[in-house]
Amino acid sequence: MIYADNAATTKMSPAAVQTMVSLMQEAWGNPSSLYAHGQKAKEILEKARGDIATAIGADSREIIFTSGGSEADNQAILTAADIGAKKGKKHILSSAFEHHAVLHALKKLERQGYEVTLVDVHENGLIVPEEVEAAIREDTCLVTIMYANNEIGTIQPIREIGRICREKGVLFHTDAVQAVGHIPVDVGEDHIDMLSASAHKFHGPKGVGFLYRKKGIPASVLIEGGAQERGRRAGTENVPGVAAMAEALKESCANMARSAAQMTAIRDRLIEGLRAIPHSALNGDAVKRLPGNVNFCFEGIEGESLLLLLDDKGVQASSGSACTSGSLDPSHVLLAIGRVHDVAHGSLRLSIGEDTTALDADAIVEAVRQTVEYLRGFSPIWRDLTTGKKPFIL
Amino acid sequence: MALYSEKVMDHFRNPRNVGVIEDANGIGEVGNAKCGDIMKMYLKIEDDIIQDVKFETFGCGSAIASSSMATELIKGKPVADAMKLTNKAVAEALDGLPDYKMHCSVLAEEAIRSALEDYRRRTGESCSGVQKTPEA
Repeated sequence: MIYADNAATTKMSPAAVQTMVSLMQEAWGNPSSLYAHGQKAKEILEKARGDIATAIGADSREIIFTSGGSEADNQAILTAADIGAKKGKKHILSSAFEHHAVLHALKKLERQGYEVTLVDVHENGLIVPEEVEAAIREDTCLVTIMYANNEIGTIQPIREIGRICREKGVLFHTDAVQAVGHIPVDVGEDHIDMLSASAHKFHGPKGVGFLYRKKGIPASVLIEGGAQERGRRAGTENVPGVAAMAEALKESCANMARSAAQMTAIRDRLIEGLRAIPHSALNGDAVKRLPGNVNFCFEGIEGESLLLLLDDKGVQASSGSACTSGSLDPSHVLLAIGRVHDVAHGSLRLSIGEDTTALDADAIVEAVRQTVEYLRGFSPIWRDLTTGKKPFIL
Repeated sequence: MALYSEKVMDHFRNPRNVGVIEDANGIGEVGNAKCGDIMKMYLKIEDDIIQDVKFETFGCGSAIASSSMATELIKGKPVADAMKLTNKAVAEALDGLPDYKMHCSVLAEEAIRSALEDYRRRTGESCSGVQKTPEA
């Protein structure tokens, strides 16, 4: 079995599992309790907070633990919206290929009278900082642009966008769920005001993540209740989860340079192999992309069929086809970079991990090649394309 | 629970009656690439009996399985019987489809009907009297 869906979730690292299990057994006290057992849990929680802050160049007081990336995105957006409303600024700038946690939160704000502008995502899957700058208005209260896209893996010019926002005095949030633990992220150097991350994308546990928010930004509260997280997020803290997240992040950061180099080589081997399949195309820039992300469109076939047959061949991957999303429309990301529906339905995302080998890559390419060829063999679209009734798009 | 029944997976993995009939006398194509499903049915009808049927499908697992099952259900049957094929019968024969995939069985029914109408057109008969609405 070859697992190539690390952008969906990663396997927990043994050290993170070990941390989690031992804390569940030994430090299960409530960090809000005054006795020593509770205070030990508190200590572990704060140690983890410090480690996580260090990993992204933040101060520990700037980290709010959440249930994951989606919650962090929602809290960041609400925070900026609330601050904006107090100043009469109700315009938000984002992009069309953000994660749904961002897009749906913005939709909700639109219904509450906010105005949202989505800057263009170019064909290469990249946003142009100058276009962000041009779209910022007097009443813009937030710019939210993802660090790296979850489907096509393109890494955005976050530092430039951050600098522009800082100069213009506009809050800048980035959904860095796919970036943290995989590529260097430094909230100071990148001029980031708020950042979302999720543990299970970097070999930590599911159901835990964090929001970084720069000192002085009054975070709005999504979950009302007790005074945990300095009153910014109620609910008894997930101490084992948080500690395991910190452990996984430390590990990922310590190995980052080596892992990235190795994965980039495998990634490029995959891209080269898949490009040899006729009428296929890589989605997103070939270089400015996450070390583990490969995303292709194959003309004349549909993604779900491809995934199911790849699963039979021992390859686990993902697709942006409509059928995999339960809607009639294919991936909003692929549409945002200008792929037409016909082609977007035939997409495949392979997100490799640190343990994916060159042999695995070759096996994936061969499995994809065979499956695409098989499905094209009885595709009426492929027939129309190959008999000249319709022009090829790719 | 798996996404699909074993029957669906069987017809998806080993689709029956895949391909083209060169001398088909009834051809129907439904769906569009924009929505991600296209089915094309080829019929060879002699003496009002469906002697052979083949399909080509661009679509998800349930679209391929629905096409395959639909061809099995009408092969060797009189045209009048084939006209009565419902999407519900296709879905039931597959031991059910997820709710959001029921449209695949509707498409299979429509593809068969479209091919039969093409046959009627070619042979000069009308089948407007047997129009049906798909069952959910």
